Amino acid sequence: MAGLEVTIGGMRLRNPVMTASGTFGYGTEYTDFMDLGRIGGVFVKGTTLEPRQGNDYPRMAETPSGMLNAVGLQNKGVDYFVEQIYPVIKDYDTHMIVNVSGSTVEDYVACTEKLAGLDKIPAIELNISCPNVKEGGMAFGTSCVSAAQVTKAVREVYPGTLIVKLSPNVTDIAEIARYVEAEGADALSLVNTFLGMAIDAESRQPKLSTITGGLSGPCIKPIALRMVWQVYHAVSIPVIGMGGICSWQDAIEFMLAGATAIQVGTCNFVDPSVSVKIVEGIDSYLQRHNIDSVNDLVGAMEIL
Amino acid sequence: MKQLVFTVRSNEQLNDQNHLLKVAPSDNKPLPLMFPGQFVQILVENAPHTFLRRPISINNYDPERNEIWLLVQVVGEGTQKICAMKTGEQLNMLLPLGNSFTLPSKPGHFLLVGGGVGTAPMLFLGKKLKERGFNCDFLLGGASGKNILQRSEFEQYGSLYCTTEDGSLGEKGLVTHHSLLQQKEYDFIYTCGPKPMMVAVARYAQARGVGCEVSLENLMACGFGACLCCVEKTTRGNVCACTEGPVFDINELTWLD
Repeated sequence: MAGLEVTIGGMRLRNPVMTASGTFGYGTEYTDFMDLGRIGGVFVKGTTLEPRQGNDYPRMAETPSGMLNAVGLQNKGVDYFVEQIYPVIKDYDTHMIVNVSGSTVEDYVACTEKLAGLDKIPAIELNISCPNVKEGGMAFGTSCVSAAQVTKAVREVYPGTLIVKLSPNVTDIAEIARYVEAEGADALSLVNTFLGMAIDAESRQPKLSTITGGLSGPCIKPIALRMVWQVYHAVSIPVIGMGGICSWQDAIEFMLAGATAIQVGTCNFVDPSVSVKIVEGIDSYLQRHNIDSVNDLVGAMEIL
Repeated sequence: MKQLVFTVRSNEQLNDQNHLLKVAPSDNKPLPLMFPGQFVQILVENAPHTFLRRPISINNYDPERNEIWLLVQVVGEGTQKICAMKTGEQLNMLLPLGNSFTLPSKPGHFLLVGGGVGTAPMLFLGKKLKERGFNCDFLLGGASGKNILQRSEFEQYGSLYCTTEDGSLGEKGLVTHHSLLQQKEYDFIYTCGPKPMMVAVARYAQARGVGCEVSLENLMACGFGACLCCVEKTTRGNVCACTEGPVFDINELTWLD
């Protein structure tokens, strides 16, 4: 499978298939169902400086071909991660990447500094796009100036591979991508969830405790694909594509649109071994089309 | 936890809303060990409006016949598809998921209270208690007699008492109004059903200083602790009902505060 290797910043991934933050726990939750050594990397649950209890129940509503969530970054904080989780996951046979979230630039920086010293964490993903936290998260990702500001501040303290996860809830995602690239991001990941809502017609009540939440799953794929294509043409750093990927065909589409690698998200909930099936599907696609390297697919959409 | 393919051995319609599916591993390999209170996540295929799996509690675990029973209530498109499955068809499941009811360590009087489709795990629990040589009473409630399912099955494992809202079977009213609760003292109570019923049972237990476990049916996406959607507020903070539950001691919950 040598032809499957891709490079993101300082990471050489065995294949372009990774799993998305917030859908894969710390990887530990999936070891009964699949071999983590088969995929390129795992983006662990969003981590914040302080512990967070997250939002009230109900946090989830199923929608046609997808779901809304309003988890609200429930996690035990970066110190707990460093002391309790890291020792368990550091020897997993894949790239373990931590998703970092915050409410202020200082939070992002302080959280990153605590992760910077961990040998087995080769990269962080800066989450400037969580739609479920009132005071921050997405607010950073929806303005060029603040997206640039937080990227710059984290870049100054983080020598590893810096990936910035973009919000789709913006007018022009390509413009934000350019600002983030200019401040030294090594790669971009997109898209996070789309802000949405659902109402119970009988009770007239919102289905989520927070009223609005983040939409994910196959229903967002066409929009995510369009945004990956736009961003790919706007920047020169690698793009990691995600949004409703459930099959190897979906993964190939994202690569043809410009993604160097992809993340599988919500579909992990439905088939916890789907990421391995996608790796196998990409491998046989390359063989069937006599393609030596998966990198040849990146941005290779053909327009007649 | 495993992802396994099962074959439907039979699908019996018990009333207008509920089906009993008996399923066995398609590869005939022995079932993994399972305990009362645990559940499965069923993949629903060919249902365009459903995306997530459907969590269903384990109604019976029969290692001798190498089969499990799933009591499924038709709620929406997903459960409708599951209930329409025919003998010989296959279904993909994640199992066994969640914790389980705490089995008593010494003999005593045990009460198992179920309402609606929440009676499903009570059958497996009653069977397990009987296997351990413990006697139990089942107290099942429903809107009407036709909603109290699997009565002859329950009677194999203990004494059965019923309440119905229309009085068509057993005593008329809600389970917590049954005369049994004024006559008998219990050492432990287990319950599963609609939340108002479980809250009433928990209050009854608490007022008498009797231990009580409830099984929750929180909405969930994954079923194995990854999505953090099915959280329940507990004395330890928000915890996943799928991995740290679905069974909780009532003292851990914030219901009675």
